[in-house]
Amino acid sequence: MDELIFFINRVLISGTVLGSIYALGAIGVTLIFGILRFAHFAHGDMMTMGAFVAFVLSAMLAALGIVTPLPSGFVVLPVAMVITAILALGIDRGFYAPLRRRGAKPVTLLIASIGVTLMIQGLLRLIFGSGTRSFFAAEPKDIFRIDMSWVGGSRPISITEPQLIMFVVTAMIVVALHFFLTRSRLGKAMRAMADNADLAQVSGINTALVVRVTWIIAGSLACVAGTMLALDVALMPDLAFNIVLPIFAAAIVGGLGHAYGAIVGGFLIAFAETLAVFNWTAVLRPLNSVLPETMALPANLALVPTEYKLTVAFVILVITLLVRPTGIFKGAST
Amino acid sequence: MTAAAVSNRRGWDTPLARGLMLFAAMFVLVVITGVVQGSASILLILVQATAFALVALGLNIQWGYGGLFNFAIMGFMMVGGASTVFLSYPVNMAFWESDGPMMLGRALGAFLIGLALVLLARRADRIGITGKWKTALVALAWFVGYIIYRTQIDPAAAYIESTAGFVGGLGLHPVLGWAFGGLVAAVIAFFVGKISLGLRTDYLAIATIGISEIIRALIKNMDWLTRGTMTVSPMPWPTPLPQELQAMGFSIADSFVGARIFFLILAVVILVVAFFFVQRAYGGPWGRMMRAIRDNHVAASSMGKNVTGRQLELFIFGSILMGVGGGILATFTQIFDPSGYQPINHTFMIWVMVIVGGAGNNWGVVLGAFLIYIVWVISDPLAQLIFLNLSVLTESLGWGAIPEIDSRALQMRVFVLGVVITVALRYAPKGLIPEVVKREGR
Repeated sequence: MDELIFFINRVLISGTVLGSIYALGAIGVTLIFGILRFAHFAHGDMMTMGAFVAFVLSAMLAALGIVTPLPSGFVVLPVAMVITAILALGIDRGFYAPLRRRGAKPVTLLIASIGVTLMIQGLLRLIFGSGTRSFFAAEPKDIFRIDMSWVGGSRPISITEPQLIMFVVTAMIVVALHFFLTRSRLGKAMRAMADNADLAQVSGINTALVVRVTWIIAGSLACVAGTMLALDVALMPDLAFNIVLPIFAAAIVGGLGHAYGAIVGGFLIAFAETLAVFNWTAVLRPLNSVLPETMALPANLALVPTEYKLTVAFVILVITLLVRPTGIFKGAST
Repeated sequence: MTAAAVSNRRGWDTPLARGLMLFAAMFVLVVITGVVQGSASILLILVQATAFALVALGLNIQWGYGGLFNFAIMGFMMVGGASTVFLSYPVNMAFWESDGPMMLGRALGAFLIGLALVLLARRADRIGITGKWKTALVALAWFVGYIIYRTQIDPAAAYIESTAGFVGGLGLHPVLGWAFGGLVAAVIAFFVGKISLGLRTDYLAIATIGISEIIRALIKNMDWLTRGTMTVSPMPWPTPLPQELQAMGFSIADSFVGARIFFLILAVVILVVAFFFVQRAYGGPWGRMMRAIRDNHVAASSMGKNVTGRQLELFIFGSILMGVGGGILATFTQIFDPSGYQPINHTFMIWVMVIVGGAGNNWGVVLGAFLIYIVWVISDPLAQLIFLNLSVLTESLGWGAIPEIDSRALQMRVFVLGVVITVALRYAPKGLIPEVVKREGR
């Protein structure tokens, strides 16, 4: 029983956490690609930016002496989302819109997004320094331990409070996004434009509005993903820059341009990573009593050494690009 | 552009005059930096800028000539550095006298067995296994091959790391190491290009950046071969080191200047040779064909050009220069540190150099490389100066001084790089010295 609990703790919970973060980031990447037709490299830094916005807000709450029952990072999340969405709109107006007006190629926009990446990262380091910060400097991080002795386990299933809230928030966002895309006029317009931008324009869809809504959604989801990542680990200026590639991998595996594909891809990549570095000996140890002495399991039976965890995502990415570049759900391309 | 507009732009704004002016301006910038920071410091900057110019020329072959979107520059530079370490670092006798070579030999054997399995599985259609079953068999062969290799390499790596530290080098001349770096980069580029050049722009960018991260993870964690995060130093120089010049009676300050001048001469010679060939290739039929492919690959392929084959050539040639440049940089800094390689410094900065200089124009790219590298280096002290002054202001206003000015100023480099590229894309998308497009009848 302990082996199963270990598996739940190390694979199910951490895989779901990582999957939620990847999925929320990948939805933004995929929407921007679907509507604006370029790979937005600065998305990771938009996540970091959102996390820092939430951090500043929660620091302000703490300075005002307000104590909240939930971790303050979650309490300020709606406001942080609005601010990040406004910042995302500003970035588009300042850097991408002029290039689009001139009819620049998607490649130019991609390079411009790298410029934006560098500027956001430079500014964040300028203002906050390059050190690591934590949302939980002032308040403790609650850890729930679910006692499993009733099924014969000696260790509890442990899950932290941010992780638990994270699952709820992700589920809520995914459901809300689903209803937005399938029921509202604007959501339908977005899907139409992702399918065929020219056709959408001649059939009277306000493309400028759709572009704005895309940035608002992408920005606010980036804020959620960044803040959750920062709550789960720690906050630093290169927080999400390092995971922008797995996020792209998730978006591509799911099929660029498909919001649902991004969610599936996010969880797929996250679980592939988690399972690849999982030490199977910990689960299979009971076999040692059955197996002969010479075939005893080694101390570490992971498919991939832990140092190569991120490499798993890149390998999946490269294989997907080669075998099925359009992803699981047939995605768009430039 | 109409004929009248072209004739109006004659006078001072010909490409040649423009290029000469920009190079003169850069020369002035170099002299000013030299006067402010001292000659040893500007020589250091120039040697590194020369190596980066070589890498930028490599990217120009790929992107400027062929429109290939390579974001794996960091990976190729790391490969160049690691190969130079392997060839030029002194021989590690502790390794050669241990069981290490034999264990590595067994790992190589296991690798070859795995390779043979995969190759056999790929020919499974010969015995009637086709379609999905063949795919499954190939995947299984990969998996089994990987397991076989892991069973041999893991103990070998652990043994070498615990006894001899790492494999060490072969003790050959560093220039040979650079050439070897170019060669290894070319071999890797062949495989990378072979599998990924069929992808379109955005996908190619993402795939190559993923490959570059895989290469980084490998070099960083294969401690037995590259020493990983423990870093390798000191790397031998091809030219006399400052210490050797001191032994010959130079003063300490002069010895650094002298040693760097020797190194700079060697690096510039390599750059000039590479530039000559790259420029010749551009003007010749080969370059013309490449531009035809870049501008309209559908038309070029219908004219009977082998598009993927030609693009693979470009990819390999460009990567050779990146490998050599990476080797020169590692030798010059005398330390090979896998953690020191960052996409920002080693991939994005090169892209900024090429875009700002003028993709497709070799003169522009070399200018861009020197200019951006100098801007990159001096934006740190410049930002420090600004912050120190601002700090005085904020203190007098009673807001307190700015904390951690040193580290903050260092981060300004990244910001300045971002500003430079966005401004360049908006106001000079073709670069400072744009490619000269010659058409018949103009």
